[in-house]
Amino acid sequence: MKRNPARLLIVDDEFSMRDSLAAWFQEDGHDVVAAESAEQALRTLDDHRFDVALLDIKMPGIDGVELLERVRVIDPAIRVIMITAYATVETAVRCLKHGAFDYITKPVDPDELTRLVARALEDKQHSEGVTPAPPPSPEPERRVERERGVADAIIGESPAILHTLELIRQVAATDATVLIRGESGTGKELIARAVHRESPRRYFSLISVNCGALPESLLESELFGHEKGAFTGALYRRKGKLELADGGTIFLDEVATLTPKSQVDLLRVLETHELNRLGGHETIKVDFRVVCATNEDLEALVADKRFREDLYYRLNVFTIEAPPLRNRVSDIPLLAEHFLRRAAPTVGRNLTGFSPEALERLCAHTWPGNVRELANAVERAAIVAAGPRVELHDLPPLNGGGHPAAQGSLEDVERQHIQRVLDEHDGNITRSARALEVDRATLYNKIKKYELRR
Amino acid sequence: MIRLVPFMLGAHEALVGPVVACLERTFGERVEVRDPGFDPAAALDERRGQYDSRRFLRLLLDDAHDAPRVLGMTGVDLFIPVLTFVFGEAQLGGRAAVVSTFRLRSEPYGIVSPPERLLERAMKEALHELGHTHGLVHCDLADCVMRSSTYVEDIDAKPARFCVDCARGVAPPGAASA
Ligand SMILES: Nc1ncnc2c1ncn2[C@@H]1O[C@H](COP(=O)(O)OP(=O)(O)OP(=O)(O)O)[C@@H](O)[C@H]1O
Ligand SMILES: [Mg+2]
Ligand SMILES: [Zn+2]
Ligand SMILES: [Zn+2]
Repeated sequence: MKRNPARLLIVDDEFSMRDSLAAWFQEDGHDVVAAESAEQALRTLDDHRFDVALLDIKMPGIDGVELLERVRVIDPAIRVIMITAYATVETAVRCLKHGAFDYITKPVDPDELTRLVARALEDKQHSEGVTPAPPPSPEPERRVERERGVADAIIGESPAILHTLELIRQVAATDATVLIRGESGTGKELIARAVHRESPRRYFSLISVNCGALPESLLESELFGHEKGAFTGALYRRKGKLELADGGTIFLDEVATLTPKSQVDLLRVLETHELNRLGGHETIKVDFRVVCATNEDLEALVADKRFREDLYYRLNVFTIEAPPLRNRVSDIPLLAEHFLRRAAPTVGRNLTGFSPEALERLCAHTWPGNVRELANAVERAAIVAAGPRVELHDLPPLNGGGHPAAQGSLEDVERQHIQRVLDEHDGNITRSARALEVDRATLYNKIKKYELRR
Repeated sequence: MIRLVPFMLGAHEALVGPVVACLERTFGERVEVRDPGFDPAAALDERRGQYDSRRFLRLLLDDAHDAPRVLGMTGVDLFIPVLTFVFGEAQLGGRAAVVSTFRLRSEPYGIVSPPERLLERAMKEALHELGHTHGLVHCDLADCVMRSSTYVEDIDAKPARFCVDCARGVAPPGAASA
C-alpha cells in the first residue's frame, strides 16, 4: 500500500536510461512520464504538472541546462534533479545556481537515488505547506497486530502489569524517549516492541541493537554504517541501524554497556538527528524514536563516571519499570498456561493445564530469572509430562521458598553461581548462557561486572 | 504455474529447492524449474563487468513464451543503466522477473550473519519481484515483503511474507475473498 504517489517527469535521450529510470520509480508507485527530448518534454508540460523532474544534461537539440531554465519558468514549484555523467559534474554544479534541486552522477547507488527523490518531494510539500498524508486508518494496523499478537502479547492482569500497560499506552502516542528498566527476563524487549507497535511510527521499522553484544568497532559500524572501503574488507557501503530506523523506532538494548566512545557518538546523533557513515563525508538526516532498556543501576554508573551524565538525561525522559515476577505472583498461572500453549507445537501435543500442586509450586518460587525462567521451566515440564496435565513431578527442581542457598549478598550468590556454571562449561559462553537461562549479552555483561574467569 | 529458470548460480544452486518450496507455499501455485534456453552472456555489459537485468527480462520472456510467469535466478551481479546495481528486477504487472544472489551475501558488507540468512534473503527477493509482476508497487508497511529495499539490511528487516493488502494483490483469480 502506497501513501504518497508523486508525478515524475523523466527526460533522457538514451532509451535504456529513460526506461530503467521510469521502471524504478513505477515500482515505488509513482506516476511517471518519460520524454526522449527537451522538445517532447516541453509539449508534455503544456497540459501536465509534475512534482519532480529528472533531466539528463547531455541531449541533442535543447540540452538539459536550457530545459531546466525553461521548466522553471513554466512551473517554479517543480523540483528538478539533473542527471550527469562524471565528465559534466561542473555543469551540474552550475545547474544548482540556476535552481536545480540537486544532481546525480550516473550510475548512482539505488539508495541515493531513492533518497534524493524523496527529499525533493518532501521539500516541495513543505514549501506548499502540505503536510504529508496522515497515516492510514488504524484498521490495517490492527490486523497486523492480531497476526503477531500471539508472539508479542504481554500477558498479565496483576495491578503491577496493568500499570505497565497503561504507561506503554500513554507514552506510545508521544515521540518521547523511553527508558525501560527491570531485572533480566522481565519482558523489557516485549515492552519496547509494544511501545513501537502502538505508536504512530508503527508503519516503519523497529530496529533493535544489542549494545552489549558487539565489540566497540563492530557496534559503531552496526549503528552508523560504513562507506565502501571504510576498512579492509568493506567491499560495499552499508547502512547503519540508526539509518534503517528512519521513520521508525530504534531499540537500544543493554544501553548501559556502551563504551565511552560509543556514548559520545550516540549522544551526538540523538542531539542532532544527523550522522555520518564510517569513512563517509555525507551528512545523513535521520528521524527515529529512541527506546532503550537496561537492567543495571544507571544512576550508580553515572556517579561512577562510567555512564555519561548528559546521555543519561537524554535517555531518562520517560521510564517504564518492568516489574519482577515475584511482585506479580497472581500472573504466574496465566503466564504458565500461556507458555504451555506456546510449547504445544514443539512437544507435539496439547496438555490440558497444571495440577493444583504443580501450580502451587510455580507460585511459590521466587523466579530470579523472572518470566524467561518461568517460560523455560514450563517448556521443559511440557516435554517430560506424560499428560494429560502437568504434574508436580514434571517440573524441574525449583527452590520453593526461594532462600539463596549460599551465604552473603544476592550479588555474591550470583557471582559464585555464574562462576561455577562457567567452570562447568569450560568458559563456553553460549553453553553457559543457556544453562543460566540468560542471553549471551547478559552473560558477557555479568562477566565484565564481576570480573569473572573464563 | 510459475517457471523458475536458474542460471549462472554457481555455489548458490542449492538455494533453488527451498526457494521453489517457498514460492509454492506463498502463491499456492506449482513451480516448474527449467534450464535456460538462452545464452546469459548476451546480457553482459563488458564495460561495467555486470549483467543488464533488463536484457535478462527480455531473454526470459522470449525463452518462456509459453509460461504465464517466469522468474530467473542468477548468481551474477545485476544492474540497470542508471544504477550501480540492483538486487533484482521485474516487469511491473508483466510476466518476467529476475533476482540475483550476488549482493545478498553478508561478507562483502562486513556483516557477520548465520548461513541461513542468504536463503532468507533470496526468498524475500523472489517474493518481492514476483509481487511486482502481479502489479504490486512498494508497500510502506515494515511488515511486508513489498517494502522497498536498497540495502541488504533492509531485506533482513522485512519478513518473507506479504501484508494483508498485498497478499490480496497476488492471490490467484477466483481465490476466496472476504
Ligand atoms: N508479560 C509477559 N507476557 C508474556 N511473555 C512474557 C512477558 N514478559 C516476558 N515474557 C517472555 O519472557 C521472555 C523474556 O522477555 P524479554 O526478552 O523481553 O526480557 P528482558 O527483560 O529483555 O530480559 P534481559 O534483560 O535478559 O534481556 C521472552 O520470551 C518473553 O516473550
Ligand atoms: Mg532483553
Ligand atoms: Zn521492488
Ligand atoms: Zn504490503
